[in-house]
Amino acid sequence: MSNQSVTHHIPLPEGSIQKQTTTMNLGPTHPATHGVFQNVVELDGETIVDTEQTVGYIHRAFEKLAERRPLYQVTPITDRLNYCSSPLNNMGWHTTCEKLLGIQTPKRVDYLRVIIMELARIADHLICNSIVGVDTGAYTGFLYVMQYRELIYEIYEEVCGSRLTTNIGRIGGFERNFNDTAFTKIEKFLKEYPVVLKEFENLFSRNRIFMDRTQGTGAISAERALAYSFTGPNLRAAGVDYDVRVAKPYSSYEDFQFDIPVGTTGDNYDRFMVRNGEMWQSLSIIEQAMQKLAQFKGAEADVYHADVPEYYLPEKKDVYTKMEALIWHFKIIMGEIEMPKGEVYHAVEGANGELGYYLISDGGRTPYRLHFRRPCFIYYQAYPELVKGAMLSDAIVTMSSLNLIAGELDA
Amino acid sequence: MGLTYETIQEKLNDKFGADNLQWENTYDQLTVTAPKELNLKILQFLFEDETLAFRFLTDICAVHYPDNTGAELAVVYHLHNLVANVRLRMKVFTAIEKPDVYTATSIFPGANWMERETYDFYGINFVGHPKLKRILNVDEMDYFPLRKEYPLEDQSRIDKDDEMFGRGGSYN
Repeated sequence: MSNQSVTHHIPLPEGSIQKQTTTMNLGPTHPATHGVFQNVVELDGETIVDTEQTVGYIHRAFEKLAERRPLYQVTPITDRLNYCSSPLNNMGWHTTCEKLLGIQTPKRVDYLRVIIMELARIADHLICNSIVGVDTGAYTGFLYVMQYRELIYEIYEEVCGSRLTTNIGRIGGFERNFNDTAFTKIEKFLKEYPVVLKEFENLFSRNRIFMDRTQGTGAISAERALAYSFTGPNLRAAGVDYDVRVAKPYSSYEDFQFDIPVGTTGDNYDRFMVRNGEMWQSLSIIEQAMQKLAQFKGAEADVYHADVPEYYLPEKKDVYTKMEALIWHFKIIMGEIEMPKGEVYHAVEGANGELGYYLISDGGRTPYRLHFRRPCFIYYQAYPELVKGAMLSDAIVTMSSLNLIAGELDA
Repeated sequence: MGLTYETIQEKLNDKFGADNLQWENTYDQLTVTAPKELNLKILQFLFEDETLAFRFLTDICAVHYPDNTGAELAVVYHLHNLVANVRLRMKVFTAIEKPDVYTATSIFPGANWMERETYDFYGINFVGHPKLKRILNVDEMDYFPLRKEYPLEDQSRIDKDDEMFGRGGSYN
């Protein structure tokens, strides 16, 4: 009532009355950010003046952990990088090891790997694109395509027994041959998915609301994208046709015919369209791989791993009956295989960019140093530049269309 | 087009002196080791030269060699000429007591977080970096965890109550 109560108020922070902008804390666990992302956003009304990202909430010290593990035990770590497409990370790791160890994989193994990798790419792009849909207010697409991700996960399950963190494949090949169910499911996927993808595409690509929300938002020029070391669909959306599968083919990608979809403006819409185009290309690659697999005859048609007893676990029945297999089994499991001295950098085209492995071996049993080049860690730093001056709701769409995966970001 | 390792080697040797640079070609990857004072100049030259044109920074990371007295820490740059599709690895070594290396952020904006990560784990002080602070670890951390003097926990230790994780307690 009296003036006295007014004078006893809690003092406000210095300058907060004069301040013209609002500071808002978005995340780390915000329903609109898909993963553990924190952004401290400076807002003028609804327009973003500045933003600062905080990363590292789920850092798990992968690079340190890898320094005490034999090569085959590092694979489960790579699962947990980009967990939307674990098989890609696994294969990237296997091919890195094979490069260091000088292992030549049989063609059939390469083609099987290509199938799994392209399925993983589809699964990843599927999530990313449908999440962009969710963030622009179209939930239907997300729920609709989810059943085909489920089908992809079932294929993983047939091949390796697990679904999300797959630990698929081994150094030199696969742990077991693909069974008939796996092939049936791949064929089912190839038959049914194009129809669904077409429908999904129709829902979005010419949708007025979707186009208005995504065109011109979160744009980056090719020059800036290169300066920020962008890779993958985000770089291609800006118009640079860099793809590791073409630039430095691994796993026999040189045997396949496919196009690299590129965009022009590097905005959210182009990123969406590039991913969409890549899904069609992946489908065609899987089809080609299936045709190539059908050409293997006789004993060749059953090859699913390279002959590298030092690194590839022998079959269990041999372990019980043959001395040599028992020895290798023991040595591999106990991590007692010394690897050659050397350092390699090997990259694969991950679902969101160039996924690189820099592996240094000092001739010991575990990597001396292993560094992951994680594409989304590198391009996430451009986020403030992408959203400055945009509306807050556009920033949300931009974040999902960049395909940021917290597991990969934080290593 | 057709940028060969010989050309790179020749050009850099001419510009910076063959005595300053060590060359190595392992696993089909050319690697140059340079004095740390020259890192920025070499990166700049590699970027600006029309034939070399290493304008894409793939990666920066560090390695710790505790036995390499006086040059314990290595900073490794992976560069890529996207047009000619050639990669180049560059290493600079620095003493652990004074791990100062010039930042590459002026040439590659993307080096910003890569260098912060490297600082975070190895304590490389990137001189001139706009905002050199920890990125993945907590700000209060007072050591650099990927250095070799911090070994991983001994897996056979039994003094810790880790029953939830299948170690210690009734598991022994």
